[in-house]
Amino acid sequence: MKHQDFDVVVIGGGHAGCDAAHAAARLGARTALVTLRRSDLGVMSCNPAIGGLGKGHLVREIDALDGLMGRAADMAGIQFRLLNRKKGPAVQGPRTQADRKLYRCAMTSLIVDTPNLTVIEGEVSDLDIEGASISGVYLSDGSHISASSIILTTGTFLRGVVHIGDVSYSAGRMGDNPSIALADRIRELGLPMGRLKTGTPPRLDGRTIKWDQLGRQPADAEPVMFSFLSKAPIAQQISCGITYTNEATHEIIRANLDRSSMYGGYIEGVGPRYCPSIEDKIVRFADKEAHQIFLEPEGLDDHTVYPNGISTSLPEDVQWDYVRSIIGLDQVEILQPGYAIEYDYIDPRVLGTDLQLRGVKGFFLAGQINGTTGYEEAAAQGLVAGLNAALYARSEPAAVFSRRDSYIGVMIDDLVTQGVTEPYRMFTSRAEYRLSLRADNADQRLTPIGRDIGCVGESRWRQFESKLNELNRTTGRLSRFSVTSRQLQAEGVRVNVDGPRRTGLEALSLPHCSFETLVDIGFDNTDVSRETSDQVERDALYAQYLDRQESDAQNLQKDEDVSIPASFDFSALSGLSNELKSKLRIAHPTSLGQAGRIQGMTPAALTLILSHLKRVERRSA
Amino acid sequence: MDTIFAPATAPGRAGVAIIRVSGPAADDSLDVLGVTKLPVFRQAAVRKIFTTDGLLDEALVLRFAANHSFTGEPVTELHVHGSEAVLAKVISILADIPGYRMAEAGEFTHRALHNNRMDLTQVEALADLIDAQTEAQRKLAASGFSGEFTKQIETWRSNLLRAAALTEATIDFADEDIPEDVMPEVTQILDLLIDEFRSEIDHAQYAERVRDGFVVAIVGAPNVGKSTLLNRIAGRQAAITSDIAGTTRDIIEVKLDLGGLPVTLLDTAGLRETDDVVETIGVDLAIERARLADIRLFLGDAGVFKDDLYIDGDLEVIAKADLGQNTGSLAISGLTGEGMDAVLDQIVDRLHGRYPGEGTATRYRHQRALCDGSKGLAEAVYLLKSGEVEAELIAQNIRSAISALDSLVGRIGVEDLLGEIFSSFCIGK
Repeated sequence: MKHQDFDVVVIGGGHAGCDAAHAAARLGARTALVTLRRSDLGVMSCNPAIGGLGKGHLVREIDALDGLMGRAADMAGIQFRLLNRKKGPAVQGPRTQADRKLYRCAMTSLIVDTPNLTVIEGEVSDLDIEGASISGVYLSDGSHISASSIILTTGTFLRGVVHIGDVSYSAGRMGDNPSIALADRIRELGLPMGRLKTGTPPRLDGRTIKWDQLGRQPADAEPVMFSFLSKAPIAQQISCGITYTNEATHEIIRANLDRSSMYGGYIEGVGPRYCPSIEDKIVRFADKEAHQIFLEPEGLDDHTVYPNGISTSLPEDVQWDYVRSIIGLDQVEILQPGYAIEYDYIDPRVLGTDLQLRGVKGFFLAGQINGTTGYEEAAAQGLVAGLNAALYARSEPAAVFSRRDSYIGVMIDDLVTQGVTEPYRMFTSRAEYRLSLRADNADQRLTPIGRDIGCVGESRWRQFESKLNELNRTTGRLSRFSVTSRQLQAEGVRVNVDGPRRTGLEALSLPHCSFETLVDIGFDNTDVSRETSDQVERDALYAQYLDRQESDAQNLQKDEDVSIPASFDFSALSGLSNELKSKLRIAHPTSLGQAGRIQGMTPAALTLILSHLKRVERRSA
Repeated sequence: MDTIFAPATAPGRAGVAIIRVSGPAADDSLDVLGVTKLPVFRQAAVRKIFTTDGLLDEALVLRFAANHSFTGEPVTELHVHGSEAVLAKVISILADIPGYRMAEAGEFTHRALHNNRMDLTQVEALADLIDAQTEAQRKLAASGFSGEFTKQIETWRSNLLRAAALTEATIDFADEDIPEDVMPEVTQILDLLIDEFRSEIDHAQYAERVRDGFVVAIVGAPNVGKSTLLNRIAGRQAAITSDIAGTTRDIIEVKLDLGGLPVTLLDTAGLRETDDVVETIGVDLAIERARLADIRLFLGDAGVFKDDLYIDGDLEVIAKADLGQNTGSLAISGLTGEGMDAVLDQIVDRLHGRYPGEGTATRYRHQRALCDGSKGLAEAVYLLKSGEVEAELIAQNIRSAISALDSLVGRIGVEDLLGEIFSSFCIGK
């Protein structure tokens, strides 16, 4: 066997790159992370926050698989808040403001401390691709690094263009030949691409904000951490400010719409519907008198403030005007104007569920280059690509996550079957098994899977095992503990007095029955920690629904079990619209279930695929 | 893809027999049969067809291009004379053409489905249309065939998506500026849908009966003239009649088209205590079948009907009107036919009276899916009205309602659906 410098090379040190490199190294792969500057590891280029709804789930899942993002966020968090605290646990999402500098330092130290992982400062200028497989990269200094697997996590570098009003310039390093060479090489692969855009708000000088005129949003009194290993925040907790746009703001923006890059027709890329620019908000929701703005400090010793809610591509002078029309900001200094960035992404339907390019063996893509947005989405893909790159280097079968076990599985399946039409962001509503895929049970769902894959380290596994033991012990005792309806009613639980006896577990799934209720009835809680009793309650809450969800899942599983061979020729199917044919060809679903999730898929088309599969089976039988 | 063929008309001697050919090589059939001048698409033309050793028949030939055919493929139809020998010869010639084979059961429709010429509910309706024997059956099938049910499902689905979207917004955008309280709108949508599902479920039950036929049982004491009445209505000697009480032991069935409704009329053993073992079995059977019937027609003397079999909506008819028992209420004579039309009109009126108005669902499968959907909706509304807004549970219930609808048009469980739908198909349709 030919000597390789590394098993896995990761190009890029952003959120996808860091978790990719760390995941590969955890599996024991000799891993190199190539980044332009060591100081760029884990840079938050946009909003200084981690987590949120759906995104918080992703971070928990990354952590359950022993990844980095959750740990780094816990070290850097300065305003922990559990979103949807008043709703059920399935839709609660942990989030925190993160101190930019603390986050970067945390990530850097985690990466530097990782065995098997080498950080190389340099610029990848070309890929060593021969035929249908990749075997290394070239750096701009002319050196070559050989490896079995390469992971590309270069974000928005493909044809990135920054727009501020009618001014635009190429993002990244203009005239920088090596970078252009890499982009050219990727274009030569002939992969389908699309164009997206995203916006940022102007950054403000916090010393010029009149905080005393503003509403405040404090951190939670009982912070909920990301990592299953963390106990409490390290950094000091702060509040964010809240203010609103007003009619004067809207008037200024309306009067200058034609100077906005977007409305002036300078931008062709598609922006996210869930994160409209302030121009968009004012045009599309014209009858709204005020739009909320969160003023988020970027760090404890950093006076930069990120005004969340007013991303824009208006010219700089208009930005000054409209920002100063807002209460509390009338004397504010803009440190950096807001801008929109446009970039090419690679249609993720060319990837397999292991995030490997179908056409180039050993070449993996992760992060924003696949059309997603957000640090969490990027890191989760990085993790999956890192694990699979390491497994591929060892010629072992891929680690695949499914829609039933994780948000990670939901996201990857969405990406590789549906592709994207706007920057893809995670939402809880994307997960059809939402009630079982909770942030609080990410470890119960994934840590054992990660242990099997080999990416969960000893110390986390020991901690998980002891937690699970306590949980199992308690649920076991609860399932043997018996309560009468009369006892429950006496404790204020709404049940029919003549109802049957229940086990403690069954009782917990009733509304208004808490662990405390059972303790009052006589359940012995001496060896049960608060953590365990909370978790038992959360697990029991959806029990009735989970049974039903399980039977639905089994129905769907039938279609998932009908696999479509890689050699199946969709273009040979007569009777399909050309549009559908080309969608199928691009995504090449591996099961009937996956085919069914492709947008525009009709029942008739599915039956056609099914009958062709049957015919192929018959012929080969 | 193979080119398939099959007779499209029923077997046996007839004026005309039609053979349908569908597939990419549909025109080869004409070539092999010696037709040199192909007719223009969608224009009937008379052509002589030949075997290798001479004239076979003179046929009417029709060609359809793929975009205008029933199956979505090129189709050729041969209308030959309805002789079994001619048909057999044509079939044997076609079978020898390379790439040709006899169609499997339901295969034409299968291809129509694949090529998006029909959706699943339309396929079901087509099967119903072909099977339709009465006017009511034809009407039901026609409404399904035109895709009305599919349209209805799509409308429901988009309403449900609206409700789901409103609910999901409160979950996924909780930290953003979203409208205050969207739950009243969600409740309103779901309440309306529950009503609509309910009435469609009723309709599906009715439609199921229209397809399978209604049952009317004639019951009464021995020797009141039940069999005479049945024979009179049937217009033939379907049941043996005699003066001897207890002549009818078995259940005699006669299928009728009453005012467009398919009705099976049952003649049953006269109800009485008896020591005769065979007659006892007959009486027990009579009671059991009478219970299950849609309407029981009690025949006998005035005032003796209301026994424990009677249900509101049943008919009481005074028998042997010819013997002068006519007291002004509904009375008939099986012998003379007196009062017959009035009784039949009553039966039709009462069956029609059970028709729950407009609707498009027609099958047990539809009914079941709508029941599943209703369950989800009812639970969501319960949660909404109990004031404890568990958004994720409401959303879950709406989702299950949507997936119930999806199963109707075949978005999931494709394989089960196909089995169910195509099992009712036979060749050449």
